[in-house]
Amino acid sequence: MTEITEVPSPFCGIGTDDLTIQVDGLDVKVVENGCAINTPAFEQPITDTSARVDGKEVSLDIAVAKAAELLRASNQPVIGGCATDVNGMRGVMALADHSGAVVDNMNFTGARRNFLALQDSGWMNTTLAEIKNRCDLLLIVGVDLEGFAPRFFERYLWNQESMFLGDTSQREIIYIGKAPSGNASTSPVGVKAKVLPCADEDLPEVMAVLRALVKDKKIVAENICGIALSDLQAVAEQLKAAKYGVVTWAAGALNFDHAELMVQMLSEMVKDINNMDTRCSGFPLGGKEGDQTANQVCGWTSAYPARARFSSGFPEYDPFLYDSNAMLANGEADVLVWVQAFNVASVPPQTDKPAIVVARSGMLFDTEPDVFIPVGTPGIDHAGHAYRLDNVVAIRLKKCRDSGLPSTAEVLNAIEQAL
Amino acid sequence: MLIKLTGGTVYDPASGIDGQVKTLYVQDGRFVKPPAEGVGIDKEYDLKGKVLMSGAIDMHTHIGGGKGNIARMLIPEDHRKDPVHRSDITRSGCGHAMPSTFTTGYRYAEMGYTAGFEPAILPINARQAHMEMADIPILDKGGYVMLGSDDYLLRMLTAKKDQKAINDYVAWTMNAAKAIGVKVVNPGGINAFKFNQRQLDLDEKNTHYQVTPREILQVLATAVKEIGVKHPLHVHGCNLGVPGNVDTTLDTMQGIGGLPMHLTHIQFHSYGTEGDFKFSSGGAAIAESINKHKNITADVGQILFGQTITASGDNMRQHANHGFANPNKWVCMDIECDAGCGVVPFKYRDQNFVNALQWAIGLEIFLLVDDPWRIFLTTDHPNGAPFTTYPHLIRLLMDKSFRNDMLATIHPEAQKMTTLASIDREYSLQEIAILTRAGAAKLVGLEDRGSLAEGAWADITVYTEDADREKMFEKPDYVFKDGELVVVDGKVVHTKWGTTHIVRPDWDNSVEKDLQKYFDRFMTMKVGNFKISDDEITEDGRGSLTTHGLNGVT
Repeated sequence: MTEITEVPSPFCGIGTDDLTIQVDGLDVKVVENGCAINTPAFEQPITDTSARVDGKEVSLDIAVAKAAELLRASNQPVIGGCATDVNGMRGVMALADHSGAVVDNMNFTGARRNFLALQDSGWMNTTLAEIKNRCDLLLIVGVDLEGFAPRFFERYLWNQESMFLGDTSQREIIYIGKAPSGNASTSPVGVKAKVLPCADEDLPEVMAVLRALVKDKKIVAENICGIALSDLQAVAEQLKAAKYGVVTWAAGALNFDHAELMVQMLSEMVKDINNMDTRCSGFPLGGKEGDQTANQVCGWTSAYPARARFSSGFPEYDPFLYDSNAMLANGEADVLVWVQAFNVASVPPQTDKPAIVVARSGMLFDTEPDVFIPVGTPGIDHAGHAYRLDNVVAIRLKKCRDSGLPSTAEVLNAIEQAL
Repeated sequence: MLIKLTGGTVYDPASGIDGQVKTLYVQDGRFVKPPAEGVGIDKEYDLKGKVLMSGAIDMHTHIGGGKGNIARMLIPEDHRKDPVHRSDITRSGCGHAMPSTFTTGYRYAEMGYTAGFEPAILPINARQAHMEMADIPILDKGGYVMLGSDDYLLRMLTAKKDQKAINDYVAWTMNAAKAIGVKVVNPGGINAFKFNQRQLDLDEKNTHYQVTPREILQVLATAVKEIGVKHPLHVHGCNLGVPGNVDTTLDTMQGIGGLPMHLTHIQFHSYGTEGDFKFSSGGAAIAESINKHKNITADVGQILFGQTITASGDNMRQHANHGFANPNKWVCMDIECDAGCGVVPFKYRDQNFVNALQWAIGLEIFLLVDDPWRIFLTTDHPNGAPFTTYPHLIRLLMDKSFRNDMLATIHPEAQKMTTLASIDREYSLQEIAILTRAGAAKLVGLEDRGSLAEGAWADITVYTEDADREKMFEKPDYVFKDGELVVVDGKVVHTKWGTTHIVRPDWDNSVEKDLQKYFDRFMTMKVGNFKISDDEITEDGRGSLTTHGLNGVT
């Protein structure tokens, strides 16, 4: 048995790299600094070691040949999931380019809410270390932050020391929308977060009023979707009084129509505050299942985020039309490649089209795919790189055990070569 | 394989060869002596009447790192105008203002470039910079690591740590980030912006650290020299784009006290406040100062008219300029107590007085700096214009009548505010070879590159003489990279992977003890996970590292 320290996690999105794990053969146990997300993800056992075609165990070569055959016969393949490390995503891009596929990250429909706002007006954002050292006010909009990332408060808000705050326990925490599911946001000295609850679909209205109040516009209504105007007025004053306020949201949690307009409203409010003689930054939450990695690699390889089509011989981006689930459902796509190296519970969408699944060992299917190739998990079975939620820091993932499973990149490159 | 390049007219300033007809031999990627009689030639290229130069080197181009990818994400409408089709040997992508990585490599190679250096690698974002550059085919690459607004350095200065400690930190960071140079951007200004300061002049103090940009420049330029790094401190100065910044820039040159210093995209730092529009050219004064201060080098950062996007570490100045965003969308970021970035699309217009004069100021500087070994051809891609405009820029430098024809088309008030029409200088082919090859290789500190001498790596560009220099330089007949033919008639015919150029200056191990404490207390990752290992560059089998020598360390 070996013990490995300072293990970075590709699962939680916040780039924790202080885990200690014990490896005994193929068994992994998180012994220090685990959490509800990382511990099960690291400890997931290896069950499949062999590729399958039509449910029968075959050699990797045969599975790769079968995958290539399906892709060669396809008029419009889609590559969904796209949950893997940087090299795996490079493999996705090469395969998509060669086979004329659509590349579609599984979280893109959520992330689209951010991309639409970004590509229409932009934003001012910050990263984790700035929050840890500078943030004196955190406004959390429409997300249960500790549910999203269990160790967020412990690592980035209630850290004992910071460079620019005398006492981190004095940071102000405000929730608008969803209330917190636990007490992680309660400060070390027992001060509870301010919570102004409202329904998700009311967030656009609430944020519009908040932005208006920040800009000293007169609001006649006294109650905004269940929140007293005076409470929102107080938040506006707090944002303007803060030296380094941060407004955070999770695009994936905003499940209502045109949520991109709320992201835009919030981002424009942050810009407004920066014109009022103080600083303020946005902080989008994401980074799960390799979504930032997918968008980054697709970004530098094609110049577009990870919902792009290559069947014209060059990349085309459309955040709506190239939704792989819709394309499978309406018959525009005829082969699915599902890439998911992190999460066995994240199974491919139901489809009657041929499916090639390149996924973490242990994935269970209601319908056996035509081809299943189990791959190693980046950061456990092989080294690699993954992006943290703030989209700036790529963490170096370690190889922690010798499972013999191929990496996503090895499998996808083999399929691409076989085309 | 032994290749013979027969009878070309050779411009190789590194060897003092200026337009002589020569025959060159290449074997195993490098230039070799003429073979003994009877040795078989595997492949001969008849280059009689052709112009030979080494592969061009762009010493300042934003080709790798987070802000470039933000720029890509921000402007899908720009990419749609320039789709790049895949072929049997090349990958698809998009071009124009901020091309995809593969397209970047192909288009540089198709203009005869064989190396490019990313000038703004944030230490915390260095992995991304290298990963992006790893997906740029054909070109060699490398980069300058950004310091000067990082809280660690500013804490050292406030704590009055000695120069030796700073040298160790700089050397350690260069190793951790796999860099070949050190850059400072708006010295201390990116940090000051986080404390809500909106400008920072050369002697203005950071309100928290009480440190000035002048002090930062002094310690970093000293560190770079003392640890033996050949590329001088690469400086993006204070007050980018601010009318009147010419005085700050002159003071920066004068004030560094003879230490080697490279001033980048100096055009953006050469503005006066005269005239009806309170915006005037400081080009002549800047050129005169460069001519006088032999320790100073500069690249121009020429602007050319059209749509582009600006991506800079200088979020203080980018935020101040966001009102000029065209189209009207922009991004600013504070980054990891390390630095920041700002991304603002720009459309430079010849009928806009300021843009027109910026264009003229850049050209004035090119033409008034006497020593071609101390001035470099850049547009600060993509900030002044995309790199694909270089052939046009070369024509502006080499062809006075063309230049004056262009000058006659720009905003009339700008024409009155520039001396450009009275400047007769036309660059020679040898001078262009210095700016884009020999001088760049020397400045970056590259051994065995930028030269056609025996022993050097065989990066070669072959052009057909044409009085229209734009046509000549946009479509080389042949380009060889490490002796392999990669471009014929301006089109990629073969791809390969270039190397990553770095230096490995020494540092005292004790520096890491303090860094470890700092990372544990304030950062969001372990110091061990921060450092980039060699195998991160080489493990995919495509990348390689080439370590260059240092100056004698005192």
